[in-house]
Amino acid sequence: MFAYIIRRALYAIPILVGVNLLTFVLFFVVNSPDDVARMHLGMKRVTPEAIEKWKEEHGYSRPLLYNADASGTGKLTETIFYDKSVRLFAFDFGSSDAGRDIGEDISQRMWPSLAIALPTLLIGLLVNISFSMLLAFFRGTYLDLSGVMLCVVLMSISGLFYIIGGQYLFSKLLHLVPVSGYEPGLQAWRFILLPVVIGVFSGIGSSSRWYRTIFLEEINRDYVRTARAKGLPEVRLLFRHVLKNALVPILTGIVVVLPLLFMGSLIMESFFGIPGLGSYTIEAIQTQDFAIVRAMVFLGSVLYILGLLLTDISYTLVDPRIRLS
Amino acid sequence: MRAPGLLFNRSIPFIKWMLCLVAVTATVACSDQPWNSPYPPEQAGQNILYSSFSARPNHLDPARSYSSNEVVFTGQIYEPPLQYHFLKRPYQLEPLTATQLPEAYYLDAAGQRLPDDAAAEDIAYSVYDITIRPGIRYQPHPAFARDRQGRYRYHALHEQDLDGVNALADFSATGSRELIAADYVYQIKRLAHPRLNSPIFGLMSEYIVGLKEYAATLERALEEKGTDHYRLNLADYPLAGAEVLDRYRYRIRVKGKYPQFLYWLAMPFFAPLPWEADVFYSQPGMKERNITLDWYPVGTGPYMLTVNNPNRQMVLQRNPNFHGETYPREGDPGDVQAGFLEDAGRPMPFIDTVIYSLEKEAIPTWNKFLQGYYDVSGVSSDSFDQAIQIGSGGDIALTPEMQKKGIHLSTAVSTSIFYMGFNMLDPVVGGDGKRARLLRRALSIAMDYEEYISIFRNGRGIAAQSPLPPGIFGYVEGREGINPFVYDWTPQGPRRKPIAEARRLLAEAGYPDGRDIETGKPLVLYFDTTGGTPDSSAQQNWLRKQFARLDIQLQIRNTDYNRFQDKMLKGTAQIFQWGWNADYPDPENFLFLLYGKNGKVEHNGENAANYNNAEYDRLFEQMKNMRNGPERQAVIDRMVAILRRDAPWIFGFHPKDFVLYHDWYHNAKPNLMANNTLKYKRIDPALRELRREEWNRPVVWPLILIVLVLVVSVLPAWIGYRRHENRRVKVVSS
Repeated sequence: MFAYIIRRALYAIPILVGVNLLTFVLFFVVNSPDDVARMHLGMKRVTPEAIEKWKEEHGYSRPLLYNADASGTGKLTETIFYDKSVRLFAFDFGSSDAGRDIGEDISQRMWPSLAIALPTLLIGLLVNISFSMLLAFFRGTYLDLSGVMLCVVLMSISGLFYIIGGQYLFSKLLHLVPVSGYEPGLQAWRFILLPVVIGVFSGIGSSSRWYRTIFLEEINRDYVRTARAKGLPEVRLLFRHVLKNALVPILTGIVVVLPLLFMGSLIMESFFGIPGLGSYTIEAIQTQDFAIVRAMVFLGSVLYILGLLLTDISYTLVDPRIRLS
Repeated sequence: MRAPGLLFNRSIPFIKWMLCLVAVTATVACSDQPWNSPYPPEQAGQNILYSSFSARPNHLDPARSYSSNEVVFTGQIYEPPLQYHFLKRPYQLEPLTATQLPEAYYLDAAGQRLPDDAAAEDIAYSVYDITIRPGIRYQPHPAFARDRQGRYRYHALHEQDLDGVNALADFSATGSRELIAADYVYQIKRLAHPRLNSPIFGLMSEYIVGLKEYAATLERALEEKGTDHYRLNLADYPLAGAEVLDRYRYRIRVKGKYPQFLYWLAMPFFAPLPWEADVFYSQPGMKERNITLDWYPVGTGPYMLTVNNPNRQMVLQRNPNFHGETYPREGDPGDVQAGFLEDAGRPMPFIDTVIYSLEKEAIPTWNKFLQGYYDVSGVSSDSFDQAIQIGSGGDIALTPEMQKKGIHLSTAVSTSIFYMGFNMLDPVVGGDGKRARLLRRALSIAMDYEEYISIFRNGRGIAAQSPLPPGIFGYVEGREGINPFVYDWTPQGPRRKPIAEARRLLAEAGYPDGRDIETGKPLVLYFDTTGGTPDSSAQQNWLRKQFARLDIQLQIRNTDYNRFQDKMLKGTAQIFQWGWNADYPDPENFLFLLYGKNGKVEHNGENAANYNNAEYDRLFEQMKNMRNGPERQAVIDRMVAILRRDAPWIFGFHPKDFVLYHDWYHNAKPNLMANNTLKYKRIDPALRELRREEWNRPVVWPLILIVLVLVVSVLPAWIGYRRHENRRVKVVSS
């Protein structure tokens, strides 16, 4: 397995270089370094000299990808792309274009993101598995039909509606929780309660339908019929045997998103005023802070690759027949 | 059979969870504050003002900070020598840390003193001697902390000394010192610092003697020393235009006559900065911890920034070393009746702490204002109908719902203008020819800005008659003040000329029915803009409709802001929309937007239309040095008349600011020029607490109902399950 992990880690390097290159090209297709400088210097009374100085100080005065004036390897290394990319591979995110230390910001902002994402995932998992088990249990009955219809309705509603509707109902009308905000420490529960409830509720529709399909497929297998014939209670059968065997596809979906929980939710964090990494990325895009955009895309890619690796490893844990090679 | 005790053992997690739930519920229920309060219980009843911010300020360094979301903070922390009177209108300057308003005296090129009424062209230099009040002290700050031997405690730190330090508050010791004139001179020098990129350096280097050369000197010094900017001791590099006279006096020398310079002295750019702060923040490891002057300002003002977490919250707290100031005893007529002089003579600031919370979306912000968790709010388009009702006569009032809550409305026409500009370098709409001028005038009539304000701004604005907004010297009200090329005067006020008049002008210009008389082709004009949102799409449709009234086809060229800026710099745009917000309340700050030497293409100035009229430029140079009075008014009238005739702009509109505030918020008179108004505000925390409790009583019964519905929904499943489990296999014997 160790050799497999090393090999996957090596595969990741060209992928990360590619992602970085793509981010770089996409960003600078839309914005030139002059545009970025202008954005950071403000709208009023910006002189061309100030723009040049800003570019010089922030490392945007070199050519983007190829330096024709340089010699040898300098043609590639004396460029903005090389300057800005190499340090990323050592996880040195450097400073944002506004001067803030990105690593410090990430370490501060990942906790609020996790405070919402982790409970949403765990509670959501519990609720969705239980609900889909219930539907599988009553398969083919009017209860199953009603449940599936409910899932379709829940899936058809926009996530934004859940957020605004939840805020309106629970915060504005019933005065049960704050509309938005965040406090660190134990006080945080008052602020994450509603986002978590909304996150779980809005995810029921799609996840439960998917899990139901997996369970139905599993429930029709021979070993289930045998267990039932031997008189095993249905609940025990579902939760001890069917669930265990259905875990592989469920894990595929879950483990891969585990590292990405750090990255936060863009809309949720924005509406609830949660100072997480989701809103950090959005802000960076809005303010054309390439340093942050690049760092967050890179981090997201690393975490995604990590998630895929963890998924592979988790297969071996839930199904001993699978071997990584 | 279950083993004894198993039930109990299995129940432990359940009991734990239940106990936790009870504890949490008890915590909420036992605290006095409403459940939906976003603030900690210990803040209840305290003298705290709550506000919000949607975008983190980029710069809090007074040499760099310029945006409105930055001066909200810097205005309360830094104290320039002058400030605007809080109540008096038109806006008046008054001393802040200065003992009196400085009077300039003039010198000729040989350095000889000239009489006060000397002609502007004879004046080589204006000299301002500024005396500051003694005894003013800086806020407590680690940069001033000293050890027992009197050495600065935190001026020689190493990277390892900063272990465990993540914020300014992590430094245990603080100190202070008296404000001296040298701090003001130090800050003026910083404006020229090559590493700071002060946005006003370009402008100020045109005026402050030697500032441009000073920047070059510093650049050379930096190159020689190969060091960053904080390592340069600016005291070693004298600046000809700013010098210390003694401990409390300093002198600024300005090229020529520039009376508007006094207004700049009321901005944070000219606030004092102690050298100790630069040394403190320049140390290794500080920047990596986000401990910089851009993040933690050091000032003498009524407030100091104690928490700067732009990811969540920014907190201003009363500066314990504040020198003290009293609320104005005089104001405008009507201020007594409006209650704006109730606090006359009382010491300021009134509020202990101001907490700004990050709010990215308008809906949560508005809801929290209605719940009493924010003290003041703007009115967004989403909440306009809920908050404001407009009567049949156009009168604006609060809705009954707002009135019932005791919310008040304050309105003020802002000292800004949004205009539609013609690129005067363009061969079709630009130039000084009769044809283009008539075309521009026809379009000025066709663009119905009254309708625009009504549709897109909910009536929040007034159509502009010239570049000058109300409240700025030179603005003329009533019949005399209308643009006669676009409006007729009626007993009800100005009325836009009929579209037939615009069509007549268009025909006279050689475009009858929107067709070029020479080529017979339809006239197609191009509008360059930064659109793309659903809102902008509606506005662009409206624009097309206005042009279509003259049978002119309008092609809209949407682009992002950067591309748009680029087009403007190159002069390739044809028609565009832009705005300007006043830096100071002087007509020069608006009329310079059309001064030829400020042309965007040729001089990279703020004259985006690239308008160039010799007579206008001559009058501008005359007007900018005049004192307010009938003579200056006459010159301004002539300039405005030229602009109306040439129509390089369609004078769009001046926006109207609507601000809502609660009953417990006092001294809410809008002051659009001053940025240090927080110290004048007062709140009644007891009344706020009462209202919050009244408005936010938790409603629990729907929750019980939801639980009941869930139980009822699960019941059929439970019954089905029991039936399934109890089902017996029927054995059929044959």
